[in-house]
Amino acid sequence: MSTIKTSIARRSFLKSSALAGGGLMLGFSWLASCQTKTEAEILAMPKEWFDINSYLKIGDNGVVTIYTPNPEFGQNVRTSMPMLVAEELDIDWKKVLVEQAPYHPKNFGFQFTGGSRGIMSRWEPLRMAGASARQMLRTAAAAIWEVPVEEITTEGGMLFHEPTNKSAGYGEMASAAVDVPVPTEVKLKDSKDFKIIGHSKKNVDAHNIVTGKTTFGMDYQKEGMLIAMIVHPPAFGMTLKSIEDTQVKTMSGIKDVITIKSYPKDYQKGSFDANAFPEIVAIVGSSTWQVMKAKKQLKVEWQPIAASTETILGFRGDKQTKHIPAGLESTDTHRSQMEALAAKPGKIVRQDGDPRSAFKKAAKIIERTYEAPFLAHNCMEPLNAFAHVTGDKAMIAAPIQIPGFVMPTLAASLGIPVENIDMELTRMGGGFGRKAYGHYVLEAALISQKVNAPVKLIYTREDDMTNGIYRPTYQATYRAALDDNNDLIALHVKAGGIPESPLFANRFPAGALDNYLAEEWSADSNITIGAFRAPRSNFMAGAEQSFLDEVAEAAGKDPIDFRLDLLKRAKENPVGEKNDYDAARYAGVLELVKEKAGWGDNQTGVHRGVSAYFCHNTYAAHILDMTIEDGKPVVQKVCCVIDCGVVVNPDAAINMAEGAITDGVGNAFFGEMTFKNGVPEKNNFHQYRMIRIGEAPKAIEVHFVENDISPTGMGEPPFPPIFGAVANALYKATGKRRYRQPFLGEEHVLG
Amino acid sequence: MAIFNLNINGKKQQVDTDPDTPLLWVLRDHFHLKGTKYGCGIAQCGACTIHVDGVAMRSCSLPISAISEQKIKTIEGLSEAGDHPVQKAWMSHDVPQCGYCQAGQIMSAAALLENNPNPNDTDIDAAMHGNICRCGTYLRIKAAIKTAAKMG
Repeated sequence: MSTIKTSIARRSFLKSSALAGGGLMLGFSWLASCQTKTEAEILAMPKEWFDINSYLKIGDNGVVTIYTPNPEFGQNVRTSMPMLVAEELDIDWKKVLVEQAPYHPKNFGFQFTGGSRGIMSRWEPLRMAGASARQMLRTAAAAIWEVPVEEITTEGGMLFHEPTNKSAGYGEMASAAVDVPVPTEVKLKDSKDFKIIGHSKKNVDAHNIVTGKTTFGMDYQKEGMLIAMIVHPPAFGMTLKSIEDTQVKTMSGIKDVITIKSYPKDYQKGSFDANAFPEIVAIVGSSTWQVMKAKKQLKVEWQPIAASTETILGFRGDKQTKHIPAGLESTDTHRSQMEALAAKPGKIVRQDGDPRSAFKKAAKIIERTYEAPFLAHNCMEPLNAFAHVTGDKAMIAAPIQIPGFVMPTLAASLGIPVENIDMELTRMGGGFGRKAYGHYVLEAALISQKVNAPVKLIYTREDDMTNGIYRPTYQATYRAALDDNNDLIALHVKAGGIPESPLFANRFPAGALDNYLAEEWSADSNITIGAFRAPRSNFMAGAEQSFLDEVAEAAGKDPIDFRLDLLKRAKENPVGEKNDYDAARYAGVLELVKEKAGWGDNQTGVHRGVSAYFCHNTYAAHILDMTIEDGKPVVQKVCCVIDCGVVVNPDAAINMAEGAITDGVGNAFFGEMTFKNGVPEKNNFHQYRMIRIGEAPKAIEVHFVENDISPTGMGEPPFPPIFGAVANALYKATGKRRYRQPFLGEEHVLG
Repeated sequence: MAIFNLNINGKKQQVDTDPDTPLLWVLRDHFHLKGTKYGCGIAQCGACTIHVDGVAMRSCSLPISAISEQKIKTIEGLSEAGDHPVQKAWMSHDVPQCGYCQAGQIMSAAALLENNPNPNDTDIDAAMHGNICRCGTYLRIKAAIKTAAKMG
């Protein structure tokens, strides 16, 4: 048991009572999928709710509503975050209702979904919220029963005083608990006492999802709401010149055609304000189809952009200068540009020992170059947002990963103070980083302000796929020096991309080698990029793990043993001090995956690839089994081991790992966005190939390393290493190493 | 604009709209049946899958003028209490992640089981090929279809 200082506030007044849900239950989920009558009775609406703190309220019948603070896009935090509160509150999970908190940082802290940091950042605060509420209930009971508070125990939403044989439900003590001062310190449970954490709970939204009742941003509805769509330039490097809207304005259902500028002049943009098309056209009308038809008819003239330089305020407070070149870029020119840059000396980010001399005296040098294209996120729910701006107030409802980052921009662009903007966080139909960039929220608000009506902005699939914020294109060249004993004596990595470098200079195998050199380079572009599930790692892991596989083979070593030898060195006698991984935990996932997958038990016709990586504070290792059927690679099975510390909701974590693996196989095989004269060459799913059911792994087995370490990320870490596992298995299956993603592309059959 | 008489989830409905309006937008905009999703608009992702006389179809590419007497069923009408075997199996396997594609997946799966009560992996792959799940829940979808088949 650990005692911690609390930082739980009383619930402060929410700006809009409709958002607060005080007494009014918004979008709550009845938990049990197959409810018995008794449970339904238990969950009957209480007559009165008592606000204990900002994260929970208790009904007079003992039902607890937990406000889940972070936005949901499929990582199932709407289940796992309330589990943290419920655990320390000591409540029966069946008595818990979950309600989405609106954007309100004073009550709910930093509300975001990204960087696999959700559970990690909420691990202590949410348990604290539950523990402090439990303490207040105990204090209230002690006063009423006139007994020492230390003697009051709790279980399943009940308070007990054994010496006097008294007991009461939380609902009976809730009204008294409201007046108890918030404790300054609370004790948190030992992990061995967890009854909810570590025990799989079903998705609280499952029933609503399977019956079509769950509302996403796209489904938001308000009385009198108009539909808006945008027309953005057809190419990166272009901007609006003029529109001819006379005919479109006469079309049935069309209310207005307007142009909007997203940012006020000289606005200091943040890093999540990325937007290639800050000046666009919007068509507003009564129904989606009418607006869609008008959008096709609208005549717009575009013109080339001029080169510009911007200072961007990073979210860590740092300022970066960004150059946006003019011109229309193409994939072909990107590739020759990358080749030229990679041939020049890069910026040295880390150097250990004397890599140059080591390479000079090497018995064998292996050099390989890896490449990956731009990727589009392609969330199943295209970008959208609802906004209603009236005078100096705004009401927003949007699928957005980091609402706090769009707020200052909204305020500046609308000319409305932040405190006058209310925001509901709708469920997102996928995010993967894309919905961290809130330009579409801003656009909806500006359109609403201009047409003076409630507006839902909908991007078509084509608008979504061609808008930018892509995963950048990357390249990395690895060189390894082996001595006469086939020992790896030096490693050199030089990585770059358009428009950013993917390099993590202090990650493995840095720290395991006496001689190590890491260089990077990049080239400016007017194509916008953004976070995409495990940014940069999603390329580096594949390149590094493919290369290590090839070096191990050249050294005549088993690929797992080869990595474990390096990790042994990094653990026992690390080189340098900045290594940002724990070699023992890294080795741990490899050792466990080796055991679980039965590495070495070779089956005829089954080709195995191994890969491991550390990112987002979590370690993941995969062994992928591939067969070739009718010339096509078939992923038969992936055995996956993850060390992310304590696993809050195991089955949900397994689901996410299965998804990350499937997503990774799909992107490794098919993922690619290309450009021709600034135009994205794919604009919908007939051109952009997504993994489908028959191409997914036939089986995925997920194991977690059991330990008591505070939980770290889950959404991203299993994703990057799968690219290496696919590449290494493909080599075993075909005898051919693959250096350029996508590995299959339009090629359906190998050889 | 023209008047269309429809049979949606067993209820007779009327709508006054352009004849080329896809059924998807009639369902969503006119009847506020938001369970059927927009994903691509060109019948490539399956998020808008509904049943027309029991056959799984992509409502985004089906103009309202092509509909007359046919019985339209959406996710909201698949069962009264959310207890269709496919829905129950989906919950028992906790299939969804983001959930956006799942109504379409469920409608495709329900139509498959209607025609083939005991599908094998190849049958499932073929019937579900048109439904993209960006979160990658395919393994659970397949397992849930098999469970639903057993529930019959």
